[in-house]
Amino acid sequence: MTDYFWLIPFIPALSTLILVLFGQKLPKKYVSFQACFAIFASFVVSLISFFGLLQTSHEHLPIIKNLFSWIHAGSFQADLALQLDPLSSIMTLVVTGVGFLIHVYSTGYMADDEGYTRYFTYLNLFTFAMLILVMGSNLVVMFVGWEGVGLCSYLLIGFWFEKHSAANAGKKAFIVNRIGDAAFLLGIFFIFINIGSGEFSVINQAIGSGAITQGLATLIAILLFIGATGKSAQIPLYIWLPDAMEGPTPVSALIHAATMVTAGVYMVARMNVLFTFSGSAGSIVAVVGALTAVFAATMALTQNDIKRVLAYSTISQIGYMFIGCGVGAYAAGMFHLYTHAFFKSLLFLAAGSVMHALSGELNMQKMGGLRKYLPLTYPTFLIGAIAIAGIPFLSGFFSKDAILTSAYASGQYFVWALGIFGAVLTAFYMFRLIFLTFFGNERLEPHAKEHLHESPPAMTIPLVVLAFFSVVAGYVGLPVVVGKNMDFFGRFLEPVIHKAHEVHLSLGTEWLLILISVAVAVTGIYIAWVFYIKNPKIPHNLVARFPGAHKLLYNKYYVDEIYNAMFVNSLIKGSETVYDHFDLKVIDGAVNGSAKATNFFGKVLSYFQTGFIKDYALIFLLGAILLLGYLLF
Amino acid sequence: MIPLTYFLILSAILFVLGAIAFFIKKDLITQFMSVEIMFNAANLAFLTFAKSTGSLDGQIIVFFVITVAAAEAAVGLAIILLLYRQKKTIKTEDIQSMKG
Repeated sequence: MTDYFWLIPFIPALSTLILVLFGQKLPKKYVSFQACFAIFASFVVSLISFFGLLQTSHEHLPIIKNLFSWIHAGSFQADLALQLDPLSSIMTLVVTGVGFLIHVYSTGYMADDEGYTRYFTYLNLFTFAMLILVMGSNLVVMFVGWEGVGLCSYLLIGFWFEKHSAANAGKKAFIVNRIGDAAFLLGIFFIFINIGSGEFSVINQAIGSGAITQGLATLIAILLFIGATGKSAQIPLYIWLPDAMEGPTPVSALIHAATMVTAGVYMVARMNVLFTFSGSAGSIVAVVGALTAVFAATMALTQNDIKRVLAYSTISQIGYMFIGCGVGAYAAGMFHLYTHAFFKSLLFLAAGSVMHALSGELNMQKMGGLRKYLPLTYPTFLIGAIAIAGIPFLSGFFSKDAILTSAYASGQYFVWALGIFGAVLTAFYMFRLIFLTFFGNERLEPHAKEHLHESPPAMTIPLVVLAFFSVVAGYVGLPVVVGKNMDFFGRFLEPVIHKAHEVHLSLGTEWLLILISVAVAVTGIYIAWVFYIKNPKIPHNLVARFPGAHKLLYNKYYVDEIYNAMFVNSLIKGSETVYDHFDLKVIDGAVNGSAKATNFFGKVLSYFQTGFIKDYALIFLLGAILLLGYLLF
Repeated sequence: MIPLTYFLILSAILFVLGAIAFFIKKDLITQFMSVEIMFNAANLAFLTFAKSTGSLDGQIIVFFVITVAAAEAAVGLAIILLLYRQKKTIKTEDIQSMKG
């Protein structure tokens, strides 16, 4: 059943190729059918491979398909090889499953856009690149996918490139990612120099047999993690993700919430042997993740743009995933990645549905009271919010709890405390969003109110499906208090996760931790209710009392401004100086100078070309005489 | 027997005559004829040397030269004819279209 798993990335690739070559001539209906069908077919193959994998015994893992020898230069070997193991299988299911729903949603959301075909071409290309990323059996293939998704992210953020801010946001995302990628690439080089192979299985074995020292392992792990902070929008490279909301909303859901931004988490989980071996690198991952989780959550508190709140929330949630990976609970991190893919893409798509209903309005201060107008969007949005807030029995609760419990069990109480604090903030800003959007009095602009309507079925059906999974997806990884060996997700991942020493908490402690995380979630929601429903004056009073703090949060701690002053402006100035003095004078001078010299000599020589046949003959004769004289004397 | 130098002197005289004619004559046909004279001057020199060294090489080359000259005459005359049709003249000082 796993024989054809290599088809998973190549069905979207084929679809992309067809759309690139013939897309402009194909009718719109066919384009949407093909784009969605390709992802669906890929999803079916992923499912079949997944069930095949369940029946495969652990000794046969991972299943590797070597498609062809790619680079063989001296001792450097890199093949285009794909692998199927529990980790990549989960990722392919998430990418193609959520991806398919978002494709379907897009057919409704983008229906009137002029770049319809271009949009679906990019989306298919993205899916292909993402699948290559998660299925590559060595670091080189993974890097190809890594760059591929970066490119698609750039193309899709800047999809409405005639809008200046969108084009700039695309560039920002691309450039910030380059910084991370440079470090990632350095890490790959170190691995090739010291281990001599990029194959994951070889690397894991080499580390196990002590091929590299712990210090070197830490260096490599940190370099790889810097790459992950770029792609997964963590401190200090998170700044591109909020701006990335300039892209179409389904793109934000697919690329900037469910799949691409979690690539860093996947990569850390994939290299878990290295991170565990290094030890200290893991702690760095956990601390950075925890700080990001809180820092991004505080920025989400005061934003009024509905998509930006979700963007900061994504950064914060990915921080949680890194907490999980950092404390050695890679399975918990991956579990949160998997549940997050459902509820965060649900939230984005629902936000897109709200925007669609309000003719593109993004400002929550101009919404309110929408729940009676949007009978399907409202409940699905609410389910997403409850799931992310960590209320029991929904998926987000199980995964967030798994991470926080592991953080506590690992003894990193600081990380755990930050995680708990972040959970209060998460519940608060999500319900602030819900209350501002769907409750209270209507603050709509008149033109938005005229066209107020629920979205078409192509958009609402994916919402319902995602809402369903946001509720049930967590039941594959139940906590230990429910019963032993109920964590199917963790057990499925066991063959790929190197087990560090495990600390078992007593059942009482486990219950206590669960109670605490439920309590903080409820507290967050209650505060939001008091602030925005019961007594809406409180936020204004708070702003009036602490204008400095509000301004700091509202302006996102001025991080963009600080980066601009520290790096961007000096770079721009430096580039301008180089342009003025070196580019214009030296390079252009050399190029223009050689052209001028050629021109000059050409002019001089052209004096000999009189056009009179006798002149030519004379020169010919003189030449012959000179030659003769030279030969004779 | 006539000494070899006589032949060579005759060849040289013919060549110089051809060259001078080429430069002082104004119409293409005559210039063309002077080129033929130079060819034949060269042929005479080749034959003279062939006779003196006793090898056949010089004679063979003469055959080649005659062949090439025949081909050249055919092409050259055709060009002159076409030139006349286009420009209504074959005077070289009137034809200057290749000026750089």
